Amino acid sequence: MTATEAQTTNGVVPPPSNEEVITVSKANKWYGNFHVLKDIDLHVRKGERIVICGPSGSGKSTLIRTLNRLETYQSGEITVDGILLGDDVKNIEAVRREVCMVFQHFNLFPHMTVLENLTLAPIWVRKMPKKEAIDLAMHYLQRVRIAEQAHKFPGQLSGGQQQRVAIARSLCMQPKIMLFDEPTSALDPEMVKEVLDVMVELAKEGMTMLCVTHEMGFAKEVADRVVFMDAGEIVEMAGPQEFFANPKSERTKLFLSQILSH
Amino acid sequence: MADNAKLPPLPTGTFSARAVAWSKKNLFDGWFNTLLTLGSIAFLVWLIPPLVNWAIVNATLEPTIEGCAEVTGACWGFVNANLRLILFGTYPFEEQWRPLLAMIVLMGIICFSLGGVKYPSFRKAIIPMWVIGVPIIAILMWGGMLGLTYVQNSYWGGLPLTLILSAIGIIFAFPLGLLLALGRQSTMPAIKTISVVYIEVIRGVPLITVLFMASVMFPLFLPDGVTIDKLLRAQIGIILFTAAYLAEVFRGGLQAVPRGQFEAGDSLGLSYWQSMRLIILPQALRLVIPPTVNSFISMLKDTTLVVIIGLFDFLGTVKLALRSDPAWTKYYVEGYAFASAIFFLICFSMAKYSAYLEKELRKGEQR
Repeated sequence: MTATEAQTTNGVVPPPSNEEVITVSKANKWYGNFHVLKDIDLHVRKGERIVICGPSGSGKSTLIRTLNRLETYQSGEITVDGILLGDDVKNIEAVRREVCMVFQHFNLFPHMTVLENLTLAPIWVRKMPKKEAIDLAMHYLQRVRIAEQAHKFPGQLSGGQQQRVAIARSLCMQPKIMLFDEPTSALDPEMVKEVLDVMVELAKEGMTMLCVTHEMGFAKEVADRVVFMDAGEIVEMAGPQEFFANPKSERTKLFLSQILSH
Repeated sequence: MADNAKLPPLPTGTFSARAVAWSKKNLFDGWFNTLLTLGSIAFLVWLIPPLVNWAIVNATLEPTIEGCAEVTGACWGFVNANLRLILFGTYPFEEQWRPLLAMIVLMGIICFSLGGVKYPSFRKAIIPMWVIGVPIIAILMWGGMLGLTYVQNSYWGGLPLTLILSAIGIIFAFPLGLLLALGRQSTMPAIKTISVVYIEVIRGVPLITVLFMASVMFPLFLPDGVTIDKLLRAQIGIILFTAAYLAEVFRGGLQAVPRGQFEAGDSLGLSYWQSMRLIILPQALRLVIPPTVNSFISMLKDTTLVVIIGLFDFLGTVKLALRSDPAWTKYYVEGYAFASAIFFLICFSMAKYSAYLEKELRKGEQR
């Protein structure tokens, strides 16, 4: 087991350490003339859980997608796990080995079984022997409570099951950081909980997580900080209690009133 | 359920009663369908009896011109008498067991490779089979060693030539087409430009032109004393031509794979080539099986065009046989009918295999 898993203490969220693993400073990005990220500054410590929310088009997905270089940025500096993310392909691959992403639409590989989905990256990227990779995959499938589906194809699973497989697939890379890009937005309502439960467990094990989501219950339960973005800027950033009880800016208040009103 | 009342009653009664009910429903359902049915029956009555009379009842297999002169039907005797010329062209008569054996070896390897879909244990052996098989075919065809007399490839012809040109063509055009398709999507401007120009230029000219250029123009650019074999030039022409078409087919497949698949591969730390090989291409190629096989079929038939540069493929040898004796010349319908039947057999098998492949790959993974 990894060191982070060892500190699991039931129900108590371990505090983040002081080591900084993600540094975003003055990052800017444009799509043509459209300024999607404006002078973003964000410092994430190891073990920290950050929830990013904001209206659609606010740049929140774009922000976390720049952290594993699915999106480029034009100015500023982003350092992940001590590696500067720029055009250097070696650096990009090094970061991607340590940072995994869970997508809104799962993006499982439809032509492979669940087990093959999970063992692919450990075998090809980590160069792990096949047998070891299968053991690892089964371990994480048990963790997300879906081991009995190992030999099915993704298309035969429900949305919630597919997203749990996607989380297990990321965990198989034993990443230092996990990014979640609206992981529950494409799910039927009755399946949201099974996915959030898995994410809460992960949070409690001390995984460094950045999560774009509108699940405010999740934010209240596990987040160390909540980041509110609008129109490409970080408008407000605070601990969850402060954020929900005492939002400072008008935009945050408006957003919270809209999503919490029903 | 109330809906049951609307369902037609199940057919009952004797077989003939059910047959009448069936045809009323399916063949004589309204005046238009009745008209179509009657028209079709009239057409078949007009077509089939004379065809059967010509092709079978009044036909002869007697392999002599005199035998053929006696019958009113088809003179299959023409094919019978010239079978070895049609099958093997001008390959030395005494040595024709060699192309026959080469053809059997080739078909054997092809069938084995295609069987890899059904029997995964075959897959590891596919590449070794080709690595061993191709030299065996080459030795059989060329000879010049192991006590086999040397046969220049300008004497090769007939069905083995068609099959070799097609098989080698497919084997090389496939990866080249893939590289071109990937090149066309590349973010590197030089690679992208080369791919686009290549594809557009080659697609923009007829195969005859490519073959003619390969055969007549290309040697002019070679330094004195260097010659490249005519058959090889034709083979390269066919490969280059087919690759351009396949590239566009593959590009269609690549575009149909959702963006999220590329992103998932990237985010797991896979390199470009790993992502392509393990994630993208298996999905993209599966999507384009029908148009890929389409390209293969049309390429197989296009190999008949090598006749313009003086190679005798299977269709060419039929013509050769027709010209071998002026008395046979009038039996061209039989000659071409035979050639068509063989081509149809090969192409239809490819089509059936492609349908089977699609079904087999879709098993178990309903989306």
